Amino acid sequence: MSQPIALRLSGITRRFGETLANDDISLSLRRGEVLALLGENGAGKTTLMSILFGHYSADRGTVEVEGRALPPGNPRAAIEAGVGMVHQHFSLAENLTVLENVMTGTERLWRPRAGMAAARRKLMSLAERFALRVDPDRRVGDLSVGEQQRVEILKALYNQARILILDEPTAVLTPPEARHLYQTLRGMARDGVSLIFISHKLHEVMEAADRVVVLRRGRVVAERRPAETSKEELAELMVGRRITRPVRAPATPGDVVVEARNLSVRRRGATGLHDVSFTLRAGETLGIVGVSGNGQSTLGQVMSGVVAPGAGALTILGRRITRADVPALVRAGVGRIAEDRNHEGVVGELTLWENATLERIGSRRFSRLGVIDRAAARDYTQKVIEGFDVRGGGPDHRTQLLSGGNMQKLILGRNLIDAPRVLIAAQPTRGLDEGAIAAVHARLLEARAAGAAVLLISEDLDEVINLADRIRAIVGGRLSPEIEAEEADARKLGLMMAGDWTTEGVRDAV
Amino acid sequence: MELIAILGSEGLWEAVLRIATPLIFGTLGALLCERAGVLNLGIEGIMAFGALIGWLAVYNGAGLWTGLAVAALSGALFGLLHAVLTVPLGLSQHVTGLGITLFASSLAYFIFRLSVQIEGSPPTIRPFQPVELGPIGDIPFLGPVLSSQTAPTYLAIAVAFVMMYVLFRTPLGLAIRMTGENPHAAEAQGVNPVRVRFACIMAGSALMAMGGAFLTLSAFNSFFPTMIQGRGWVCIALVVFASWRPGWALTGALLFALVDAYQLRLQSALEDAIPYQLFLMAPYVAAIAVLAVMARRARVPQALMKPYRRGER
Amino acid sequence: MRFELRETRSTALMICAPVAAIAAALVLSGGLIALAGASVIEAYRFILVGAFGSRSSIAETLTRATPLILTGLAAAVAFRARLWNIGGEGQFLIGAIAVAAVGSELTAGLPSAIAIPILFVVGALGGMALMLVALGLRQGFQVDEVVSTLLLNFVALLFVSMMVEGALRDPMAFGWPQSVPVADNATLPRLMERTRLHAGLIVALLLAVVVYLIQARTVFGLQSKAAGYNAGAARFAGVPLGRTLVLVACISGGLAGLAGAIQVMGVRGNVTTDISPGFGYSGIVIAMLANLNPLGVILAACFAAIMFIGADGMSRAVGVPSFIADVTVALSLLTMLVALFFTQYRVRW
Repeated sequence: MSQPIALRLSGITRRFGETLANDDISLSLRRGEVLALLGENGAGKTTLMSILFGHYSADRGTVEVEGRALPPGNPRAAIEAGVGMVHQHFSLAENLTVLENVMTGTERLWRPRAGMAAARRKLMSLAERFALRVDPDRRVGDLSVGEQQRVEILKALYNQARILILDEPTAVLTPPEARHLYQTLRGMARDGVSLIFISHKLHEVMEAADRVVVLRRGRVVAERRPAETSKEELAELMVGRRITRPVRAPATPGDVVVEARNLSVRRRGATGLHDVSFTLRAGETLGIVGVSGNGQSTLGQVMSGVVAPGAGALTILGRRITRADVPALVRAGVGRIAEDRNHEGVVGELTLWENATLERIGSRRFSRLGVIDRAAARDYTQKVIEGFDVRGGGPDHRTQLLSGGNMQKLILGRNLIDAPRVLIAAQPTRGLDEGAIAAVHARLLEARAAGAAVLLISEDLDEVINLADRIRAIVGGRLSPEIEAEEADARKLGLMMAGDWTTEGVRDAV
Repeated sequence: MELIAILGSEGLWEAVLRIATPLIFGTLGALLCERAGVLNLGIEGIMAFGALIGWLAVYNGAGLWTGLAVAALSGALFGLLHAVLTVPLGLSQHVTGLGITLFASSLAYFIFRLSVQIEGSPPTIRPFQPVELGPIGDIPFLGPVLSSQTAPTYLAIAVAFVMMYVLFRTPLGLAIRMTGENPHAAEAQGVNPVRVRFACIMAGSALMAMGGAFLTLSAFNSFFPTMIQGRGWVCIALVVFASWRPGWALTGALLFALVDAYQLRLQSALEDAIPYQLFLMAPYVAAIAVLAVMARRARVPQALMKPYRRGER
Repeated sequence: MRFELRETRSTALMICAPVAAIAAALVLSGGLIALAGASVIEAYRFILVGAFGSRSSIAETLTRATPLILTGLAAAVAFRARLWNIGGEGQFLIGAIAVAAVGSELTAGLPSAIAIPILFVVGALGGMALMLVALGLRQGFQVDEVVSTLLLNFVALLFVSMMVEGALRDPMAFGWPQSVPVADNATLPRLMERTRLHAGLIVALLLAVVVYLIQARTVFGLQSKAAGYNAGAARFAGVPLGRTLVLVACISGGLAGLAGAIQVMGVRGNVTTDISPGFGYSGIVIAMLANLNPLGVILAACFAAIMFIGADGMSRAVGVPSFIADVTVALSLLTMLVALFFTQYRVRW
């Protein structure tokens, strides 16, 4: 490693209100090196990269690219110095073409005519050199997620990026796509590009990085080479303490309480469901794994009563479900955890008590003749707060002020406090830190032990392996055959999520 | 039969171009703002203020073109106000725009009352005169239609073509469209979305004010309150009809003016049979109908009405 | 300089916001008054005198506040559910003309105690109908209700014009375009002798309290609030979004229509095309100044009424055009928006 230093961050500090997002962070990157930045949500990874790229300016500290300091808070300067960024949520305009997306901002603004032809040639030659195939005239909104990511990378390369930063690049990819991406990145590194990728997935970091920098609470806590460390050590460094997620005990399944037969749902703007059949018994957990965007949202919404089942038959607790009727499901004893806390789970501007009771506010327990019994609602909320260890505010506080983990505890609490008979848990730990994840897992296992039938929809393979009794993958709105949790491992689930259902071990269960 | 004969009359088509001009200016102005991601409901008030201030300048001795320029400048200033409130502060574009409309129109009436003594009939100016077209004026039908138009009408049409070129053929246009679709992406590519939005809102508002000024400097020769009569709102609807494309905005404004000019003539043709108010409703009902048909298919700029804050998504 | 979201919104700040906004608007308008060559202090003194100087001017101010409270409530109710009803003006007009249509003969024989409530309902139904058109266009065709309600205001005005020159024209008005008058049994009782102040004020105040209670204490209030803030989460929680919106639209349109009805029954007796000097548009400003709080609407409506009534007197006394009141009210909307921003964000340098 005698390559010159491409990038050096020294003493970066950034405060947001009361929180210190970055606390005196220093690190360096050599040319042609792949550096992984590992840390939990809220560890300060994204803030750090935003400072590097000029989206924010640091309160203290400097960024040097190839020996020259970058002016703070100026993305243009970062681009010109050869820094490119690929965001987790792509920075693309769906209504513009690939070429237009790539070209934006690359020419002098006042040039009387855009150099389309030259730009097209340059884009195509880059695409060939780095094996990133795209059609320059397609509308970006019509591309697949993988293709959109290619456009993002090409955009950076088009701007002569010699340092490429990727924020959670595999979050939306299938395992094979992810593997392919990392091969591409390694190829780019051999070509002299220096790369930083941000991740919280340990196995990726171990596979793809030359060096790993671990961030916790805004500080660099360790630096390791993959060869000299283990997943376990990295996990402990990342979290700061040893956290063991609870693991399920053997199930004692009871009666069938949910049955879906040949369920098909058409959705506009989202993947629907095609011919989905499964059953769920009391006291067991069925895990559904899948790469995001494969119909799991629709499945969760249908099961939660938000979207009407289309063709086929769905029976929950002996009731035939034919339309979207949330109150009926809630009354029947179906607990529901929304996939997206902020957009479906809670209304941030409302108080805790309003959120805790909103889905059953019409019941006699909380209202009479349409008038809310506020005392009852507050009592109930207080019970949820106490029973589920919700910290950060009382019943009359605005829900916005809670952390993600506490919001999720509130949601769990309002669903579990009355011992539901069916629990639909869609992505119950997305975006939570390890401590909160362990707490949520414990609650889900408790519910199952108490006899609830749990449908767990998740992208986190370890979560599903730990919690579910049976596992299926969802791909393009179809469910794979089922495997027992005992037979599942990350590799096998990865294949199932990629749509490969013929492999040995995946038995034909339908 | 008479109803169809109207369509062939020169008078109708003269009127179409005249009625269309303020709509072309206004629609293009609103379109430019929206392409950059900002809805500007200040349009109705900005048009009213442009109508007043342009007229007042000429009334006080300025040239007609100076009057038009003064109107444009006033529009840009109201645009600046709208931009300050909606871009860095990120206030609701709906409510801010309405506030600008209420403010600009009441200010126009206030200034009008303050600066002009009204006794009897309202004071007038000598407005823009039709452009001499030389030999073109001799072409049958087209000649008379075109030679009754004033210079600002041609300016409006030219602006449509310029905007078409700028938006779709220049780096600046790409930066504007990117800002309206995804300001974060624009920022990441080194385009400053805040500056782009300020510039577009100011330029767009200037166009709106010119549309208003056309009314007092060319179509009529005096100012009176309530003279805008919802033209601004019609322009907002026309932007949707045009799917945010300047060429379609021009077409839409002309079509709309055709409806309006036609109903005016129908009114006199069918005076007794049908109350004239029903005809006057036609433009508004047509605008609503256009929205009902087009709103669902329209490819709206994705960041329209979404405030942009750096680093916040 | 950057803006940071405040973690808590203090009640003190929320109360200060409208006060600061109105103060700022008055200062800015003061600049215009000075520009007009009048003494600012003097002008504002005359505004206060014009609005409060005598028993009759107080009555006049409250009379003006009555429809403003109702149109303000109409906007506040809708905005809270993120339904941008800008059509208060048109709904007011339809409410007014509906009352003229029914109240002149159909209910003429009934005792007042029956005729008046019936006509209230008729006016409210008129406003509702117009608002439901806009809602239908939004739900069925995704037409932005801001633009549709704005356009419908003009349609409504033309409709009223058509009625007062046509079917409902008053034959006794010597060709002047005005509607037939409502019958005497439909006239609202006076609250003060020898003034125009009428019982509509009581109705408006009561409704403000009722709307407040609905929003704060009922299932529907909570559901409409949730639907406004976050439709996705509301839907997930089982809030019937469509039904809630229809109900909100009915209440909002109904209140604006009722304002028109009350103006006819309490003040005008008949309908002309200039029956509303922008009551609907002022209602939007009033709702925002009140920060959408129904009780705050009462105060905000009084502020607007003071400006409008006071400015008439001031205009006669010092010669500043009375449009200054419209300018001030419009400015207070803009300053209120800025003030609200600073209740939510703090500035960091």
